[in-house]
Amino acid sequence: MTDQTPRLELEGITKAYPGVIANNNVSMKIMPGEIHALLGENGAGKSTLVKFIYGVQKADSGILKWEGQEMAMANPNAARKLGIGMVFQHFSLFDAMTVEENIAIGISPELAAGDLNQRIRDVSQQYGLPLDPTRYVHTLSVGERQRIEVVRCLLQDPKLLIMDEPTSVLTPQEVDELFKTLRRLSEEGVSILYISHKLQEIKDLCHVATIMRMGEVVDDCIPSEESPRSMAEMMMGANLVSPERSGKAEPGAPHLVVRDLSLASGHQHGVDLKNVSLEVRTGEILGIAGIAGNGQIELMEVLSGEMLVDDQNAVMIGNDAVGKSGPGVRRNAGMGFVPEERLGHGAVPEMSLWENAFLSGSSTMNLMSNGFININGSVEYAQNVVSEFNVKTPGVEHTANSLSGGNLQKFIFGREILQNPGVIVALQPTWGVDAGSAAFIRQSLLDLAAKGAAVLVISQDLEELFEVSDRMSVICEGELSAPRPAEECTVEEIGLLMAGISHETEAAHA
Amino acid sequence: MLRLELRGELSRSMIYWSPIFAVILTFIAGMIMFTILGVDPLKAIVTFFIEPLNSMDGIAELFVKATPLVLIAVGLSFGFQANVWNIGAEGQLTIGALAGGGVALLFFNVDSPLLMPGMIIAGILGGMAWAAIPAFLKTKYGTNEILTSLMLTYVGLLVLSYLIHGPWKDPEGQNFPESRLFHDAAIVPIILEETRLHFGWIITLFGVAVAWVVMTRHMIGFQIRVIGMAPMAASFAGFKEKHVIWLTLMISGGAAGLAGMIEVSGPIGQIVPVISPGYGFTAIIVAFLGRLHPIGCLFAGLLMALTYLGGDNAQIEMNLPNAVTGVFQGMLLFFLLASDVLVRYRIRFGKATALVAPAAATPPMAIDEEGA
Repeated sequence: MTDQTPRLELEGITKAYPGVIANNNVSMKIMPGEIHALLGENGAGKSTLVKFIYGVQKADSGILKWEGQEMAMANPNAARKLGIGMVFQHFSLFDAMTVEENIAIGISPELAAGDLNQRIRDVSQQYGLPLDPTRYVHTLSVGERQRIEVVRCLLQDPKLLIMDEPTSVLTPQEVDELFKTLRRLSEEGVSILYISHKLQEIKDLCHVATIMRMGEVVDDCIPSEESPRSMAEMMMGANLVSPERSGKAEPGAPHLVVRDLSLASGHQHGVDLKNVSLEVRTGEILGIAGIAGNGQIELMEVLSGEMLVDDQNAVMIGNDAVGKSGPGVRRNAGMGFVPEERLGHGAVPEMSLWENAFLSGSSTMNLMSNGFININGSVEYAQNVVSEFNVKTPGVEHTANSLSGGNLQKFIFGREILQNPGVIVALQPTWGVDAGSAAFIRQSLLDLAAKGAAVLVISQDLEELFEVSDRMSVICEGELSAPRPAEECTVEEIGLLMAGISHETEAAHA
Repeated sequence: MLRLELRGELSRSMIYWSPIFAVILTFIAGMIMFTILGVDPLKAIVTFFIEPLNSMDGIAELFVKATPLVLIAVGLSFGFQANVWNIGAEGQLTIGALAGGGVALLFFNVDSPLLMPGMIIAGILGGMAWAAIPAFLKTKYGTNEILTSLMLTYVGLLVLSYLIHGPWKDPEGQNFPESRLFHDAAIVPIILEETRLHFGWIITLFGVAVAWVVMTRHMIGFQIRVIGMAPMAASFAGFKEKHVIWLTLMISGGAAGLAGMIEVSGPIGQIVPVISPGYGFTAIIVAFLGRLHPIGCLFAGLLMALTYLGGDNAQIEMNLPNAVTGVFQGMLLFFLLASDVLVRYRIRFGKATALVAPAAATPPMAIDEEGA
């Protein structure tokens, strides 16, 4: 290995955006056959670096060497010609076309010519990526869609495969399958640049890791010799405090109850909810796992009151039936919600923090008299949120979009929690949030439950759910599995449920 | 080399500087235009923008012209902030004028102090009724209010034309298409002797003050702003979009109707075939020039009124065509939109360099390319 030329070598890559240096003097080497992790929090500059390698974006300065030769990557086409393939986090597939058609339009015409169908079958068989070229994309699961992207790259005989957060849409079982494929590719000499912030996966899969923080390479390590915790600390540059449960309170009576709720989704390509029933008791956290796009958004809308149902009794907060009542009524009944999107849903990006505090607290915090806004009261409330939830901001008159993702999420959580809700529902509470803020938010959810609130967390992040939940349930294609105590659940079971394989159906197959 | 560079946060000061830039650029472009036309540019600018304000009468006239512009613009800015695009204020003005004027004609022999309040209410209701049609169509059937409100303007003008040529024609008017002259009780009182300045200006100032308070301090204004900036956040907060559509169309329609009623019962004094020289459309420019802010609309309305007066003066003094007014109004809007780029971007000279603050000093979310 030692005398080999690196497949890809970067020296001193710098790229600045207005007001921020996304990459500052970044250097790294990727050897042939190496699975190289690029690890960092959101905003650490991983995507910028990858976009540069793949020719999507130019750097301000720095050198890229491909197999020892200095190159200027003009565009993704040039990168593909050299043998760089990339699987993006968000797929670019046409739903109304078949797998084969989608692959054909994504590769060069010469490559698409001939018996593409057969070659797709060959590649997918060779690498254990079962895929039927004649199927229409809209009939495929997210995991299968990702396989299309992978197969598309493999058809081009890549020497370097870049994968951007590939597992965020996969079940644990699908992740295992993908890893097998990646390991086989690595044995064949393909280098893989694997971008992720999931530490256990990196430890399991990658040979080396480059760790980035705030645009700079801060460390290198051999993941197999590290623990996820030590890597997290390198990534954050600080010690990580895991959430702790303070003395377990016995859960009380059901406080948030949903009964037999079925609802057609209001979104295009949305998922209908089918006979969803759930109970969240006071003092407990119910976690709902599931792959994105299985009805989580719809469930959240039905719970928050942004989507109403015909049966008033289908959603109960304590003794209040609220199925047909909007968010205002539900807030007054003691419900707080944290939607997935921070900017534009949970907060108005261009409004000040105190106005955003008023947004959800106007009635519950008594910030209004005769329809007039109590500005002093709102400012004071926002300041309380900022100080109690460690929100880093120069002042509450600054706009929501001036905050970093983690700080804004802490602000939104603080805003809901200080309203003293009896129930809180959060969708993807730590999505795209730095590890420090994520730990803080999880801790505040645990504290809230310890004080007797009923907490419902809907998340794709299994680690997070296992960390906070008392009971767990899985949503798949709009159906909710029966909740079970979290300590009795295994990742494997939850994974199977996420893939839509329940014990009964499995038994039926056997 | 000039380059535009995205700002991290919107520039607060540029929001206010941009209209001032627009005015300055309009002056410069206007002077170039006059030079090309072979007219002394300085003299033209003086004739256009300064001479009209030389006398008390001129200033009063400025307020008279500004009255409908400001009133309508303030109403429209409620809708525009909520992304409800009422383009049909001209039609609502016309129907408001007919409703208010209709009350005057109906009670042409009644001399009661209650007549004026009755006309005001009728004017407001008339404008609201006309705006209710797009509101109903939008909330019920999802039609585009830009089209419906605009098309209803022409319907409104035809209603005016029908009434004035038919049932409401002055029986003693020698067949001219005009209504009878309003009697004294139906005329908005003059507030400055020897001029045409009338009570409508006071109503407008009052409207500006109320709008300011509602927009910045009241839940109604808050809902409107949230819906305009982030519709999802509005539904998260429990604000109902349909309510806001109705509300904003009623506010803008009512204001336009009131402005129309004030026109016919003030400066005009009867219903004539042409009630407004396009106030309802010009008010759209006023609303944007005034940053959709009531106080901004007040100043922008005065400026726009000046272009009307200046245009008239330029016709009389320098034999310039009436189109000059339209040209100036168009240039103002054009330069305003152009200057607005500076709210989001800053101008940099020279080539792109990496000279920026260290990443630690600015929130990392300024780069939004990191997906999840």
